[in-house]
Amino acid sequence: MKTNKYALWGMTKSTLIHIFLLSVTLTCLFPIFWMLRCAFMTNETVFVDKALVPHHLNFGNFAIAWTKGNFAVYFLNSIIYTACVVTGIVFIASLAAFAFSRLKFPGKNIIFYMFVAAMMIPLPGSFVALFVLMNKLHLVNTRFGYILCMINVGLSMSILLLKTFFDKMPHELEDAARIDGCGKIGIWWHVALPLARPAIAVIVIFNSLNVWNEYILATLLLVDTKLMPLQRGLVVFQGANSTDYPVLMAGLTMAALPIIMVYLFMQKHIVKGLSGELVG
Amino acid sequence: MRKLAVWCTCLILLSLTGCSKPPEPSNKIYLWHWMTDRNDTFQKLAQQYKEETGIEVSIQLFAPSDAYSQKIIAAGQSNVLPDIYGILDKKSVVADFIKAGLVLDLTDAMEADGGKWKDSLFDKALADKSFEVGNIYGVKPGIYGVPIDVTNEQLLYNKKLLAKAGIATPPRTYQEFIKDAQILRRVGIIPFVSGWGELWLLDCFASNYAFNIMGEQKVFATFRGEVKYTDPEWIKVFNIFAELHDKGVLMDGIVTKGNKYAEQDFALERAAFAFNGSWCVNVYHDMNPHLDYGVIPPPPMSTEWPLKIWGSAGSSFMVNGNSPNKTKAVAFLKWLTSKEQQVVLSKETNNLPSNKEALLGVSPILRDFATGMDQSTHPNIWPLNEDPSVSEAFDKGIQDIIIGEKTPQQVSEDVQMVKDSQNRHGN
Amino acid sequence: MNPKVKAAVIFKDNLQNFFFVLPALSIFCVFYIYPFLNMIFLSFHEWRGIGPMHFTGLQNYKGLMSDHLWWDSIGHAGYITLIALTFQNALAFALALACDREIRMKRFYRVVFFIPPVLSEVVVGLIWNWILNPEMQNGQHIGLLNHLLYTSGFPQLVHNWLGDPKTALTTIAIVHSWKGFGWGFIVLLAGLQTIDKQLYEAAKIDGAGAWKTFTNVIIPMMLPVILVVVILTILGSMQVFVLIIAMVNEGLVNHTDVPVTRIFSAMQNTNRFGYACAEAVIFGMVLIGVSFMAKKLSDKAKQV
Repeated sequence: MKTNKYALWGMTKSTLIHIFLLSVTLTCLFPIFWMLRCAFMTNETVFVDKALVPHHLNFGNFAIAWTKGNFAVYFLNSIIYTACVVTGIVFIASLAAFAFSRLKFPGKNIIFYMFVAAMMIPLPGSFVALFVLMNKLHLVNTRFGYILCMINVGLSMSILLLKTFFDKMPHELEDAARIDGCGKIGIWWHVALPLARPAIAVIVIFNSLNVWNEYILATLLLVDTKLMPLQRGLVVFQGANSTDYPVLMAGLTMAALPIIMVYLFMQKHIVKGLSGELVG
Repeated sequence: MRKLAVWCTCLILLSLTGCSKPPEPSNKIYLWHWMTDRNDTFQKLAQQYKEETGIEVSIQLFAPSDAYSQKIIAAGQSNVLPDIYGILDKKSVVADFIKAGLVLDLTDAMEADGGKWKDSLFDKALADKSFEVGNIYGVKPGIYGVPIDVTNEQLLYNKKLLAKAGIATPPRTYQEFIKDAQILRRVGIIPFVSGWGELWLLDCFASNYAFNIMGEQKVFATFRGEVKYTDPEWIKVFNIFAELHDKGVLMDGIVTKGNKYAEQDFALERAAFAFNGSWCVNVYHDMNPHLDYGVIPPPPMSTEWPLKIWGSAGSSFMVNGNSPNKTKAVAFLKWLTSKEQQVVLSKETNNLPSNKEALLGVSPILRDFATGMDQSTHPNIWPLNEDPSVSEAFDKGIQDIIIGEKTPQQVSEDVQMVKDSQNRHGN
Repeated sequence: MNPKVKAAVIFKDNLQNFFFVLPALSIFCVFYIYPFLNMIFLSFHEWRGIGPMHFTGLQNYKGLMSDHLWWDSIGHAGYITLIALTFQNALAFALALACDREIRMKRFYRVVFFIPPVLSEVVVGLIWNWILNPEMQNGQHIGLLNHLLYTSGFPQLVHNWLGDPKTALTTIAIVHSWKGFGWGFIVLLAGLQTIDKQLYEAAKIDGAGAWKTFTNVIIPMMLPVILVVVILTILGSMQVFVLIIAMVNEGLVNHTDVPVTRIFSAMQNTNRFGYACAEAVIFGMVLIGVSFMAKKLSDKAKQV
């Protein structure tokens, strides 16, 4: 008899948990559903049609968003920026974090705390100063200038995360590599980086998201349309007064897809390993 | 070895900071703007201009307008402004730009040929970026910007909803307006909506009635600090909003509503009245081409002073004072504001043209908007403006009245307090 | 070894090590330090964005100390952060616990819960504005939330969520938490998966129920993870800003102001760049103070 009661309780618990998970899932999927629903309507019906699935499926919006929003160019630019910035951050931040964690040099702690403090002091108003500086360096309206700027944006958090990871690296591995003849760079490349894979995955996702969704700095630093990233293309649909919602939604859906794919690809690395470091 | 490399890099970077050749005149002029709705039309016109004159106009869009403002300020600081651009900030900022030599004085071009260019455009539109003799900004008097369209803010009414409530004609006085609103509520229709989450639109409505209640001279005297906000006539202005709130005239959530959402509400026939600007014609048309509506100035409260709506240039362009292509830029702006181009612009974007002759081709509802220009005014053409901190307190105070948190008396005292502290800091 | 040679070796070693941070440091100096110093410099001046700057010394800071709107805004951000720390992270933790045991569909949930963080603020603002719309048209509630409350038998709960000073900030805090819990979820889930299953076995043998297992096994093992999540939540929530504009435009009077909106307001509405910079400096100090306290608390907790 007792086993039956426990089995019943187990099933109820399991059902309740599922209900809990599914209800949260519903609130998360709702925006995607809503975006898609709008994307298949026209500007006139988007507010009026109350049906769950629109009566009239208008497939044209995606094509309009692509051509009118010059998506091909902006997509390519966003991909270039994201790839360059993320690669840059992974290398630059991991080199610095490795040094903070494993190497000695004067001023190490001060510099590290400077990076950490930078995460906490926002720089609004700095846009103008930044522009003036970039202009003097002839980096305005260049891909290189924008990439450098965006690398800086993600640097602090990436260094912090990677340093925490490297701190947990076992010294034996390091010693073994040194015995094998690895210099400092060798240790960094062969030992530290592979062990830090989950942290790197988190950094890739985080920075990809930041660069992909960024548009304020892009509007400020870039002038030529052919250098603009994707968010700039979306701005075109949010007119100063009149917004073409269905086309905007179509555009937003297309813009969200690559980032979701990056996440899908990276997330298995996170779980596989974030474990190792966080124990203790 | 590495140290040497580092020093070399630093030296090279430093040397780059010095190099900058002065730009040379060319057959290409650059224009930066923020008007997403008109970008396509602009590109088309630029193409046409190139075919007619051989001069290439590169038109770039930077939106939204906040980002555009920041970009202009940054570019102004580094002296890399394009040949033609606009300033979206207050007149004091425009004055700063002029004093820094970044804006070309267009008075001569305007008055050439017996004032041909100047006369073709609406006075009130030109006044937006003009400075009078003896202006408080210390700017040399003259015309500094070219308006490419005209806008004004008035009261719109949904004919169908009014008929449903049995209201035959739109209200002619403020008291009639309140009565109509109550009738609408009884029938279950929301009377009034506006984008009062955007402070400037709220300020506009309040200012219209302030002018009506006490006359513009007293308003300016208040800005100068000679009249207090606790004056009974200002309390009357604040009372309007208390009454609107008490009598249930306003749509719920009006103080957090952006103008975009308010436009949606009116286009989707959720409210019978709306307070909006002439650009709304384009917006309503996109969302609901069958909307049956009309436009009137906000119904006046008192007959002592005229009620003045806000109307002036919607958007103006200025020429960079340091541009190497000044004459070409001015020529393009002249072309852009000539009758043919203005007709195209107003047709394609449903905006009021700044060229008087182009008015003939606009839609009837826009023509109704245009008739309001006679009784219009605008902060940009006033001799002085209120300190922005005081304005902010004023507008937020009205929002407080609307949500029923403060009384008109309290708000008047709060605003006066901010005004006094601003005066103490020598403003 | 000759002391001079030793010193030279150490110097060369230090220099080599320094080169590891050189790329990061140089970018940081150019893109952060320089604008940062510029910002501090500006905070002692009064400036409209273009034209001459007027040196005003500590006047901006003095004005800031008595600016109750500023300190209110910090309080509002603190409130949002508190809700995020409790509601958001509790939700994330609960979901992580639920997913830890459920082997099926785990991958599905991991993807789904990360959708809100991926969405841009524009979409989030639009959707929630529609859901929370307080008005009615033709006898029906326009907003989805009010509609559901009304039709499911709770008409007395129908409310103007974003328009009532009493509920506006909480509503925004909840939407912010909804958008952010995905991050906490993946981090906490990963942490949970590292806990040795044998610890659970041992607890069960000792006769521990679900609650005891939670407090004696899970919490201690998860402490470092929890700290990371807490600090990132604090930093992210205190700096919330785009979401506020997307949901309530320039704000419900001043009830939904947060520090970053005040800074932008000072820059754009009232053209006081110097004042805005002073606000940014003070805000930075507040954040540093809070993070410092969080770290000290966690060090103490580790010792326990």
